[in-house]
Amino acid sequence: MNPQLSPDEKREALWQGKLSPKDPQGNPLPFQSPEAEKKYKERILRVKAAIEMEKLPDRVPVTIFPSMFPWKYAGMTVQEAMYDYEKCAAAFKKFILDFDPDLQWGAYAPGPGRFFEILDYKLYSWPGHGVAPDCCYQCNEGEYMKPEEYDALIQDPTGYFIHVYLPRVFGVLGGFQMLPFFPGILEMYGLALTFIPFGLPPVQATFQALFEAGAEALKWVVPIGGLDVELATLGYPTLLGGFTKAPFDVIGDTLRGTRGIMLDIYRRPQKLLNAMEVLTPLMIQMGINSAQATGNPLIFIPLHKGADGFLSDEQFKNFYWPTLKEVILGLIEGGCVPLPAAEGGYSSRLEVVKDLPRGKTLWMIDLTDMADAKRTLGQNACIMGNVPSSLLNLGTPDEVRAYVKRIIEVAGKDGGLIISNGSFFDEAKPENVKAMVEAAKEYGGY
Amino acid sequence: MSEKLVNAIAEMREEEAIQLVRDMLDTGVKPMAILDAARQAMDIIGQQYEKGVYFLPELMMAGEIMGQIAEILKPKLAESPEVKRLGRVLIGTVQGDIHDIGKNIVTFMLDANGFEVLDLGVDVPPQKFVEAVRDFQPQVVGLSGFLTLAYDSMKATIQALEEAGLRDKVKVMIGGGSVDEHVRTYTGADAYGRDAVTGVSLAKKWIGVQ
Repeated sequence: MNPQLSPDEKREALWQGKLSPKDPQGNPLPFQSPEAEKKYKERILRVKAAIEMEKLPDRVPVTIFPSMFPWKYAGMTVQEAMYDYEKCAAAFKKFILDFDPDLQWGAYAPGPGRFFEILDYKLYSWPGHGVAPDCCYQCNEGEYMKPEEYDALIQDPTGYFIHVYLPRVFGVLGGFQMLPFFPGILEMYGLALTFIPFGLPPVQATFQALFEAGAEALKWVVPIGGLDVELATLGYPTLLGGFTKAPFDVIGDTLRGTRGIMLDIYRRPQKLLNAMEVLTPLMIQMGINSAQATGNPLIFIPLHKGADGFLSDEQFKNFYWPTLKEVILGLIEGGCVPLPAAEGGYSSRLEVVKDLPRGKTLWMIDLTDMADAKRTLGQNACIMGNVPSSLLNLGTPDEVRAYVKRIIEVAGKDGGLIISNGSFFDEAKPENVKAMVEAAKEYGGY
Repeated sequence: MSEKLVNAIAEMREEEAIQLVRDMLDTGVKPMAILDAARQAMDIIGQQYEKGVYFLPELMMAGEIMGQIAEILKPKLAESPEVKRLGRVLIGTVQGDIHDIGKNIVTFMLDANGFEVLDLGVDVPPQKFVEAVRDFQPQVVGLSGFLTLAYDSMKATIQALEEAGLRDKVKVMIGGGSVDEHVRTYTGADAYGRDAVTGVSLAKKWIGVQ
């Protein structure tokens, strides 16, 4: 991407790239029918207008952002979806064709089971590895970073990840502990001594496992990534460019864990703040890099430990929000559209997070009331949500329709709204999911 | 000094609290008196949480400070102290779900409010709940779950209690993730709660605590 471009020009270039899609060889992507091409472009423009809040879209866009529902709908277990990549892709294709949303998010959620096995991934339990075949994978909370390791993380985050953190969460990456200190690779004198670890069996075993894991990832991404292209030719765009995280969640989810970070607020607040400061530019870069690599503008940011009930207002303002805000603004500066997902309740945070540049972000809303979200955050940001998992799972199509109608009435009047589920669901009645999509199309016209 | 200790704990001044405990022991204060002060502090912390002044950091810190004080006092207490408990609550995350943050908060708050709580942990099969209801004889059972899959596990657990003839001996409350009235009806629970405060007030109501 041309570094001379302004943030708005970078973002517009990504959108224009989406509107003139290319095949993997760089030629114009052939659509399967003129109608598919028309739908594809209409859908992108519909979502773009909703996000940018400058002019009204033709109607409220609708999307389904599920967890394991597409595969349960296909009658598969989560285990099958994780281990049979072709079946995984085929099931997701059927899901999109059957439910006909404006926007699709790709078949990436299950991930390649064999790949996690090769790496002996310890951070999660997945079917056959700690949870039953029909369960979604779940995080094993723990203190993967020790309190006394803050200084190492702050001084050199990449070095800390390579030498300390990754060997803890991947059983086969033990060899990384022996790797040299890379900034020490400077001059010819003594250089060979630095490289000795690469000759040692534990390090070589780690690299062998990495080659194998990389090959497995490629094997997986051919059908799964290929499906995004195929769905585009059928008229279903994706805009998901990658993901990043709030620095507080980087530390609180998978480094120190919930308990660890909550104690750190009292025991070592300054180190926590310094570590988040150091992680912030890395989290911005992570989002921008993957938006550029995929050509998709939306960068997903799942928000976890700052929800209602986790922190006080003061703690949210002092510890959670400043670096998250920096990440959001940095992504905007880099031409991306940040997509924070306010998981759980966010009612008490709306007044804090609402002051963002207008028309530059998309917020997924879970349990927060959509009218409240619209009144505050929704003045500057497009909001997306919030049909509850419980309703999709246990309600009736009529109840779902009524719910969608209400969201459109209270939050959709002047654009800036996308209808979707509020949280990432596995189980649901198909007729309820269908009712959500149909109701948005029926009541969402402008 | 005991009032100073209560305040130090309730205001999260960890080092000061621990030092005070040591000083009090050195000056001959009885371990039971120190334990009483610590309990008073837990009461205050629980109330501050219910009022929305304290949140997770304070609950976790309170747990840490209490743990350290118990560690110091343990060798000095002749026998484990008799505590009058309001009632018994059995709690656990249902089968297939390993999320525990919410469940742990509810456990902490029930404990702070004077209930005897047996926490079965995560991914608890229905049969394990049944056995624990038989052995522990709780008045209240709390089922926790974050995933949509938990709805079915909660329903299966309540059915298992039914089949074991234990359903009418306990009140069942559910919580976590997206539970609401729909989920309550589906699972057959007596009530649901969106937060720990609701969990405590349900337990109080059912056990007849004013």
